[in-house]
Amino acid sequence: MSEQYASTGLVFDEPLLWEKGSKGRQGFSMPVRDVEKCPLDSDLEGDLPDLPDLSEPDVVRHYTRLSQWNFCVDTGMYPLGSCTMKYNPKVNEKYAALEGFAGAHPMVPSFLSQGVLKLMYDLEGVLREITGLDAVTLQPAAGAQGELAGMLVINAYHRAGNKKHSKILVPDTAHGTNPASASLCGYRPVSVKSNENGILSARAISEVMDEDTAGIMVTNPNTLGLFEENVSEIARIVHAKGGQVYCDGANMNAMMGVVDLGRTGIDVLHLNLHKTFSTPHGGGGPGAGPVCVKKHLEPFLPVPRIVLKDGVYEIDEEYPDSVGRLHSFYGNFGVMIRAYSYILTMGFAGLKKASQLAVLNANYIRTALEGDFYLPYDRFCMHECVFSDKFQREDKVITLDMAKRLIDFGFHPPTVYFPLVVDGAIMIEPTETESKETIDQFISACKAIAREAKENPTLLKDAPSKSKVKRLDETAAARRPCLLG
Amino acid sequence: MRYLPHTDEDIRSMLEVVGVKCLDDLFPTVPESCQFIRENHIPGPFSEWELNDHMEVLAKKQSRSGNSRFIGAGSYEHYVPASVSSLLGRSEFVTPYTPYQPEISQGTLQAIYEYQTLVGRLLGMEVVNASLYDGASALAEALLMAVRITRKKRVAVSSAIHPHYRRVAETYLRPSGIEMVDLPYLENGRTDFTRCDPVEDLAAVAVQSPNFFGCIEDLKMICEYCDSNDLLSIVSFAEPLAYGLLKNPGSQGAHIVCGEGRSFGLPLWFGGPGLGMFACRKKYMRSMPGRLVGKAVDKDCKDGFVLTLATREQHIRREKATSNICTNSSHCALAAAVYMATVGGTGMRELATLNRDKSEYLKKELTKAGFKIPFDAPTFNEFVVKSPPGFEQTHRRLMEKGIVAGLPLASYYPELAGYYLLCVTETAGRNEMDELIREIRS
Repeated sequence: MSEQYASTGLVFDEPLLWEKGSKGRQGFSMPVRDVEKCPLDSDLEGDLPDLPDLSEPDVVRHYTRLSQWNFCVDTGMYPLGSCTMKYNPKVNEKYAALEGFAGAHPMVPSFLSQGVLKLMYDLEGVLREITGLDAVTLQPAAGAQGELAGMLVINAYHRAGNKKHSKILVPDTAHGTNPASASLCGYRPVSVKSNENGILSARAISEVMDEDTAGIMVTNPNTLGLFEENVSEIARIVHAKGGQVYCDGANMNAMMGVVDLGRTGIDVLHLNLHKTFSTPHGGGGPGAGPVCVKKHLEPFLPVPRIVLKDGVYEIDEEYPDSVGRLHSFYGNFGVMIRAYSYILTMGFAGLKKASQLAVLNANYIRTALEGDFYLPYDRFCMHECVFSDKFQREDKVITLDMAKRLIDFGFHPPTVYFPLVVDGAIMIEPTETESKETIDQFISACKAIAREAKENPTLLKDAPSKSKVKRLDETAAARRPCLLG
Repeated sequence: MRYLPHTDEDIRSMLEVVGVKCLDDLFPTVPESCQFIRENHIPGPFSEWELNDHMEVLAKKQSRSGNSRFIGAGSYEHYVPASVSSLLGRSEFVTPYTPYQPEISQGTLQAIYEYQTLVGRLLGMEVVNASLYDGASALAEALLMAVRITRKKRVAVSSAIHPHYRRVAETYLRPSGIEMVDLPYLENGRTDFTRCDPVEDLAAVAVQSPNFFGCIEDLKMICEYCDSNDLLSIVSFAEPLAYGLLKNPGSQGAHIVCGEGRSFGLPLWFGGPGLGMFACRKKYMRSMPGRLVGKAVDKDCKDGFVLTLATREQHIRREKATSNICTNSSHCALAAAVYMATVGGTGMRELATLNRDKSEYLKKELTKAGFKIPFDAPTFNEFVVKSPPGFEQTHRRLMEKGIVAGLPLASYYPELAGYYLLCVTETAGRNEMDELIREIRS
């Protein structure tokens, strides 16, 4: 087999949905009409919905063809930094589809929902165990909503103490969504620079932390894949000025069973069930972003909460200090089932091993590619490592070209141009579910691309060459947007 | 562990390359004071068949609620065809990331472009985004968007919007100091939007249609009122199927339309994941939250699709972004698209009509059994009844039998003690409705 694992095959073009079908076709098994027609006021009745009429085989072929144009975890490695694209176990899908779960109505009294509520209650419990924090809400629907929930909790805590702040510290190595989440809470993000080792220094924090600052949003491990070694000292400084410490836990996959978040001095943490806990990304969601807090912040968590009273699980709204509700119902239960199944399948030892192997894979790649690509922070990394295109730029090859060329080798590109602190960043997170053979293939693909950059950069500029479409003109698409057909 | 491919030999040789002796040595940067040393109480590891038993026991605890449910209240039970579930279960749709690399994500991108188009046609709107989390956050985002566009600090929100949606909107708006003014409902169950008149610094009026009571709002009048008072009109919804039959918000002049799309092809799942549908007029496109898929051409002039207008989004605009949303409900949007394709335009009208006719049947039979219809505005597949004395006990007795005879409204609207919200979709047969009536009479 050659170094390039991507090949071309028979891929079909497929028209847009409404270019198919014929009026009068039906792809749905319409229930028998067992009641009489009841006339509707003609003022209320709209035109017939302008949707195409298709048969079931029309629909199945259309979407099957579309699906074949997608790269996915089940087809290949996704070394996307800070996204944790690990394997999504099949058995999780089976449990999510169980009739008792899939058919659970959210508005019936809790005595009819005991199975669902027990699962949620127990999931909260295992997340407390994993993080070392005291209380959990499962309500946020994704990481960014978890961030918002965390910041709202901090905001409510300060308000309860009659304190008002205008600023929040956000390091330059934090996740991209952090500033937008903070600004929804009325906080102006103040950027803090990481030091020459790629982490925050206690001094940098003490220089900017003041009584008008609500706290800090720290991503740990940060987006350089480095553990914030000074996190406890930073927490002490922030607490001394009355602030709270929010930790973005999107990178939890580096820390299970290794780091006890409860001991690091942080007050709030969000998790991404669709990253660390193996639930599928679904092409961009749905996810789930539970929030874990220390005891003093529990009264402010979103309502409703799930409580256990005399052996019965109940939905409790009675938290007068709560930030309020964040979801139409109780959060993404369909996602929670999958995460719960994953955690029980792994057990504590399995989770710890997963984090260790995720970190092993990342350090192995770091060591193997150092020399071929510029490594701005040459230290032990956690679950991801960050290179840049500094060496290749001499040959006029940039990160984007190398990322696109990886597609021809059968790999999804890494996260690129993030974090912003590294010019032309290439952020690689292999995850623990990739085997040594796959990692070795990825490394040789990267080395081959580094060689091509010197010897035949055109190959990179023209990449990808094997995908269904070539590079698309995103600038023109944004200039004259065509969003509906 | 079956998800971890490393053999001991793999680990040994990889550690050697990295230059450490054991896995624990990979963490020299984690200070001792942060290390995990406590005992833990996580159950497992479970084998696959042990876990089968455990999960089935939990799922079976749910079965008491049975199939005879006459409850919607924002979560409507609809039949999901096997072809839809089967397509949605394809790995190629389930396991990819957000389509930031368009060359290898054309499947998701075309499917979402088609979703945007189908939703646009159903709602009569010019621009639709790639999805938000759910109906509640979609309302919150719509209100924030209206405030951004108008730079005004108050919004008027109908008290007949789903109470959960209103609470979520409050959570989102409160920290920014945006004030929500409650619009009361009228005797006919519709919103009294004339109460906006004395309110200053008002950005928008938000109503839901059909509203929480199932009543169809007079959208034309509300949108015209907004236009003549320089306000943005926001139409929320919880049951998109209604627009298979009713005049859509776009045709009535709505500026922003936001709602819950879970009815289309997704299981109930205890209320989540949902699908936040979000649409607006073209002139407000650049103030819109969330991702958008647009047409593009590649180097060889071949048509394709990309994520576009990203400069509105958090990863580029940072704190000035139109929203903090990143992960959305993409797979749920796909579900809605596959469902709409399967049902079709003709089928959507037929299905919507059937939902309404069935609910009208139950409404009529309940009236015969001594219930009153307190709101006389027309309804779609859900309606409020005022129960005869003693129904509370009957309601509880039926619940024990697995029949849910509607949602008691008193905890949401204290003035509506003894009022119940009932829903009938295509999943309820006439025999089940007749049985409900028999039980009530007995």
